[in-house]
Amino acid sequence: MAMTETSNHNEINKTDHVTSIWWIVAAPAVWAVHFLASYLTAAIFCAKFADSDGSAGEVQLAVMAYTVVAIVIIAGVGWSGRRRHRDGHDRSPHDGATTADLRRMIGLSTFLLSLLSAVATVFTALVFYFVETCH
Amino acid sequence: MSFLLIGDHSQSTLDPAGHGAAQIADLFHWMLGGGVLIWLIVVGLAVYSVVVPGGHRPRLTKTLVIGGGAVFPTLVLTSLLCYALAMLPELHRPPPQASLTIDVSGVRWWWRVAYRTGENQRVETANEIRLPVDQPVEFKLTSEDVIHSFWIPALGGKVDMIPGRETRLKLHPNRVGTFRGVCAEYCGTAHAQMAFDVLVMPQADFEQWLRGQQRDVSEPSGPAATAGRALFHRKGCGACHTIRGTDAGGRVGPDLTHFGSRLSLGAAIKPNDADNLRRWISRTHDVKPGVQMPAFEMLNRDELDSIVAYLEQLN
Ligand code: HEC
Ligand SMILES: [Cu+2]
Repeated sequence: MAMTETSNHNEINKTDHVTSIWWIVAAPAVWAVHFLASYLTAAIFCAKFADSDGSAGEVQLAVMAYTVVAIVIIAGVGWSGRRRHRDGHDRSPHDGATTADLRRMIGLSTFLLSLLSAVATVFTALVFYFVETCH
Repeated sequence: MSFLLIGDHSQSTLDPAGHGAAQIADLFHWMLGGGVLIWLIVVGLAVYSVVVPGGHRPRLTKTLVIGGGAVFPTLVLTSLLCYALAMLPELHRPPPQASLTIDVSGVRWWWRVAYRTGENQRVETANEIRLPVDQPVEFKLTSEDVIHSFWIPALGGKVDMIPGRETRLKLHPNRVGTFRGVCAEYCGTAHAQMAFDVLVMPQADFEQWLRGQQRDVSEPSGPAATAGRALFHRKGCGACHTIRGTDAGGRVGPDLTHFGSRLSLGAAIKPNDADNLRRWISRTHDVKPGVQMPAFEMLNRDELDSIVAYLEQLN
């Protein structure tokens, strides 16, 4: 758009690590890993190590630890996304063909998906919080 | 058996007659309420944005869209999730050790039912389950062919029956009555005709019934029923059906030892009366397309009547 700041040709075509599209999938990937790790831990623990009453307190502790790690990573990703989105004084929409706008757009997507991933991770963890046994 | 008359034959989760179903009904109502609330707010905001003329203040717009469109639904869904998850442990907890245990296996397209009456002792029946009121009961579920799903909506949730595996379901009926159970997983041609009756009865009546089920059949009385028994064997019915106390020991079809006392026939698709029974035996595939029992069209009217008289006496 006309309102975006001027940029030279080199800058547009340069992709550095902060404009990488991969940032967008980082938070959902953390959620996916957290989800798999939680259920795999439960499945393996319940099949191999649970005692006769089927209590799964160890699984709950493990999932709690996974959750803290996941939320910290997601928060970091989300925070850096938000920072990049806020960079400069430009107003949205950020749809100019410039590196600066690309950066802001990826930043916003990263930020919003981090929020979603955080909620999804908490939802996964809640299951383990409430369901205390292998039954 | 006067309680049979007051049965309402309900098949509704929202008219619960057991602990599990009552919780599911509560959950349904809360989820409905939460869903309606979210819908009203989101659609209300959309309508507001269109209907109210002129520009909207950006700050307020932002608050309403983010608050009403994202934060509020997330909070409502999180509370509903917690409410639902908090129900699970109790629903899944196995019942006390000495509770009634019933084995049910799904067979295309009927239900094999066996009450565990003692150490290594079981009494088999089919297509009808009777339960004592206010007692927890545990079902051990399996399948002999494809995946079926065991569901008595008025009493609780459903659980899949999987070949080669045993799944569990605990129910706790709290109201006397007659209910309907169904197969809730598509399993072939006659899936929709794979149901069963559930009779929840006072403890004493239940015990009396179970004692009756443990008995073998007695001699048929009257010439028709006696002829019917002979025909039952001669026509080969016994190759597929068991009648305890006789030579009939087949396991392909439902146990008929106390068939006369069942409310319905053909996996709860018709009331168990003489007319329906005649039709069932002579025109089996018209009554239940796809059924795994051959139709006995060659029987003449007398023969049919005799077999029907015999089966009706199997109380
Ligand atoms: C090839 C095996 C086979 C033979 C032979 C057979 N049946 Fe069946 N029968 C079945 C099967 C399987 C069912 C269950 C059908 C269903 O409901 O899907 C059944 C169901 C029934 C039922 C209903 C039971 C219930 O609980 O609802 C009756 C009654 C019955 N058979 C009577 C007879 C009579 C009488 C004969 C002989 C004239 C006979 N059957 C011969 C296999 C057989
Ligand atoms: Cu089925």
